[in-house]
Amino acid sequence: MPKLELQAVRKSFGDLQVLRGVDLTVAEGELVCLIGSSGSGKSTLLRTVNLLTPIDDGAILLDGTDISLPDQDPRPIREQIGIVFQSYNLFPHMTALDNVLLAPRRVHREPDSSLLPRARELFVRFGLGDHMHHWPDQLSGGQQQRVAIVRALAMNPGIMLFDEITSALDPELVGEVLGVLAQLKRDGMTMLIATHELSFAAEVADKVCFLHAGVILEEGRPREIFENPKEVRTRSFLERVR
Amino acid sequence: MSENGAGKQLSRLEYERKARRRSLIIAGLSTTAVVGALVVLVPLAPGWPAVKNSFFNWEIFVRTSPTLLRTFLLDVAIFAWCAPLIAIWALVIAVFRDTRSPALFPFRLFAIIYTDIFRGVPVILVVYLVGFGIPGLGLPRPWNSPYLWGSVALILTYAAYVAEIYRSGIESIHVSQRNAALSLGLSQSDVMRYVVLPQALRRVLPANMNMLIALQKDVALLSFIGPVEIFRQAGVFKSLLANFTPYVVAAVIFLAVTVPATRFADTLISRQNRRRS
Ligand SMILES: Nc1ncnc2c1ncn2[C@@H]1O[C@H](COP(=O)(O)OP(=O)(O)O)[C@@H](O)[C@H]1O
Ligand SMILES: [Mg+2]
Repeated sequence: MPKLELQAVRKSFGDLQVLRGVDLTVAEGELVCLIGSSGSGKSTLLRTVNLLTPIDDGAILLDGTDISLPDQDPRPIREQIGIVFQSYNLFPHMTALDNVLLAPRRVHREPDSSLLPRARELFVRFGLGDHMHHWPDQLSGGQQQRVAIVRALAMNPGIMLFDEITSALDPELVGEVLGVLAQLKRDGMTMLIATHELSFAAEVADKVCFLHAGVILEEGRPREIFENPKEVRTRSFLERVR
Repeated sequence: MSENGAGKQLSRLEYERKARRRSLIIAGLSTTAVVGALVVLVPLAPGWPAVKNSFFNWEIFVRTSPTLLRTFLLDVAIFAWCAPLIAIWALVIAVFRDTRSPALFPFRLFAIIYTDIFRGVPVILVVYLVGFGIPGLGLPRPWNSPYLWGSVALILTYAAYVAEIYRSGIESIHVSQRNAALSLGLSQSDVMRYVVLPQALRRVLPANMNMLIALQKDVALLSFIGPVEIFRQAGVFKSLLANFTPYVVAAVIFLAVTVPATRFADTLISRQNRRRS
C-alpha cells in the first residue's frame, strides 16, 4: 500500500480548473519530486493533501484511508503530514525553539521535560544547535527554513510535503536547505517535493512527476524524465527551465 | 578613491549639520515673534483685564488646585478600572466578529450590530441613557450607583472602538501565518490564541494608546450624571467663586497627563513604522 495516493483529484477556483484529475502515488520512504511551470498547480496540489484546500472530486488516501472526505476533523490528519512553505512562515513573535514546541505542546500536551530533549536533538541534527533561542528575524533565510522543517518534523509526521522551499533563498543558502532534504531521505522519510531545483531532483528523487494542464502528464525515474522525456510538453518545459 | 569618499562623506555631514542649525534658528526666531506678538497684543484688547481676572486669577488658581487635584484622583480611578475591562470586552467582541463557523453566526451578528450601534451614538448620550436610565429602574444600592453605570457606559462605548482596532490587527496578520499553524495540527482557537492574537495585539498597541488618552479625557463626561470628579468640582468652584480659573486648572491637570501620554504613543507609532519599513 502506498503511503500517499491521489486518485483523479480535481480542484477549480471559480472557472479556473487547476487540477483536472491528478493521479499520483508516493510509496513509503520514497522521495517524489513534482515539477511544472509556475501556476501549473503544484502548490494547490500540496495544499489539498494537507487539507488546507478542499478538493472538488477524487480521493486522497493516506495509508489507504481517504482523508479527503468532508466532515472529518482535519487536525489528526494534518498532524501526520508535515508541510514546509516557500516563505518559511515562522511565527515572528516566538523564538526558534518556541516555534518548534508550540504544536507538540498544544496538540500532544506533553510536558516540556519530555519534548525538549527531542527538540534539541532535531536542532542539533540540522546544524541549528546554536540558534534555538534566536528570534526568526535574527536568522538567515536558510536557517529560518531549516527551523520551519524542524518545526514540521517535531510533530513526527509520516510524510513531509515541501513547496518550493528554496525559491525565496539567496543562491548561496540553497545548498544547506537541500542538504537537509538529502539527510531526511537517508533517514527514510517519505517526501513529496515541489521544486525548481532540477539538478537536485535528478540527484535524489526516486520519481519525478511533471504537472501540466491539471494532470500528471509524465512521470518516471529522474533519468528517464530528464534525459529522455516522451512528451513534447515535458521536453519544452525542461528546455525552458534549463 | 577611498579618501575622496571619506572627504565627501565629511562634507555631507557638515552640510547636514549646518542645515539643521539654520532650521533651528529659523524656528526659534519665528516662535519668539509669534509668542511675543501674543504677549504684547492680547493685553491690548479692551476685554483683557476682565478675561485675565476670570480665567487666569492666580490666587484662585493656587486656592483651588489642591482640591481639584484630589478630585482628579477619582478620574484616574474610573479610568483605571474601565481600561482593563474595555480591553477584555473589546477582545471578546473582536473574536466574535472574526468567527467564520455558521454555528457561531449569532455571535458574529451580535458583534456587528454592537459595534455599529456604539460607534454611531455620541458617548455623552450613552452616558446619559445608561447612567440615568438604569439607576432610574429603582435598583437597590449599590446597583443604583452612577459610578457603576457611568463606567459601564464608557466601557460599552470604548469597547466598540477598541474591538474594531483589534479586528484591523487580526486581519493584518497574513493568512500564511494561520495556514502554517493549522498545518501543524493546531485547532482554530489555538491558532487565534497563540499565533494571530499575540501578533495582532502588538501591532495595534499604538492605536490603543490613543484610545486610552481619549478615555482619560472622556471620564470627565461622567460629571454630567453625578460623580464629583475634577470637571464637576471645577464647576462647583466656578459657581462659588464666580470665576472660570478652576476650569483652567482642570485643563492644566489633564494636559499634564495627556501630553506625555500622547508623546509616548507617537513615539511607539513611529518606532513601529520604522521597523516595518
Ligand atoms: N485560493 C485561490 N483562489 C483562486 N485562484 C487560485 C488560488 N490558489 C491558486 N490559484 C490559482 O491556481 C493556479 C495554480 O496555482 P499554484 O497552485 O500556486 O501553482 P504553482 O504552485 O504551480 O505555481 C494559479 O493560476 C493560481 O492563480
Ligand atoms: Mg507554488
